[in-house]
Amino acid sequence: MKRLFPILAVLTALMLGYAVYQALVVAPTERTMGDVQRIFYYHVPSAWTAFLLFFVNLVASVAYLVKRNPKVDALAMVSAEVGVVFCTVVLVTGPIWARPVWGIWWTWDVRLTSTLVLWLIYVSYLLLRRFSDSAQAPALAAALAIFGALDIPLVYFSIWFFRTQHPQPVIGGGGSIDPRMWRVLLINWMAFLCFALLMCWSRYRLETMRREVEEAQALESLLGDDRGPSAEIRNPKVALNRSGQ
Amino acid sequence: MNSIKFLYSAYAATWTIHLLYIGSLVRRYRRLKQELSELKQK
Repeated sequence: MKRLFPILAVLTALMLGYAVYQALVVAPTERTMGDVQRIFYYHVPSAWTAFLLFFVNLVASVAYLVKRNPKVDALAMVSAEVGVVFCTVVLVTGPIWARPVWGIWWTWDVRLTSTLVLWLIYVSYLLLRRFSDSAQAPALAAALAIFGALDIPLVYFSIWFFRTQHPQPVIGGGGSIDPRMWRVLLINWMAFLCFALLMCWSRYRLETMRREVEEAQALESLLGDDRGPSAEIRNPKVALNRSGQ
Repeated sequence: MNSIKFLYSAYAATWTIHLLYIGSLVRRYRRLKQELSELKQK
């Protein structure tokens, strides 16, 4: 697995480079918006990736409430954190695209507001994870994640049910898109998915390590200083495996 | 309307956000590694 990571990292970097080339050079220029429409190739894949990661967070949160497995809890946390990063990209690139096209940076319509609320929900989730020392924090966070996930369909379908400034969705919205644009969009999404996978992988390893250190520190404070290094330090996978039993 | 400016701003913002996040991962990793080595020394 350790050898797989650098290989995947190199492949992802190549894919991201190819995706930028496709978005900036190969994709056809949109007639009404011109070149600024190429923000679409970053904005939409980032939104899809964020939705997917929040969905993973939902599944992992439900699984945690059922099985109380700390590995699943770590997966929920990791997917929420990387999902927030991609959702931040959506919230930043959206206004940059809106300014030249709509003439405004932001409007409080349903799509934009529900996306901001989604971001705030998952930031709250991460703050709860970060600052709560309670043993119940993972369960509380899992419950919050389930309620937070209810906002995902609201964000996606808001432009079907309400009149908004935001254009119709690319999938199932009744609009049409040039097949060459579709191809470039999918290439960019694949590249971002690989990138998200890498970030989740790194963050999961980091979370495993953090829990090991915390357990080792707790154990050390219980045993005193004269016992030498604990099992968690000598064997890095003990902490998660032991609490998973 | 200089739309290219907005296009490059959006792409630059995207990569700035991702790089900041990767930077935070590296920083947290280094700190944990430091704590781990301190624990091992005790």
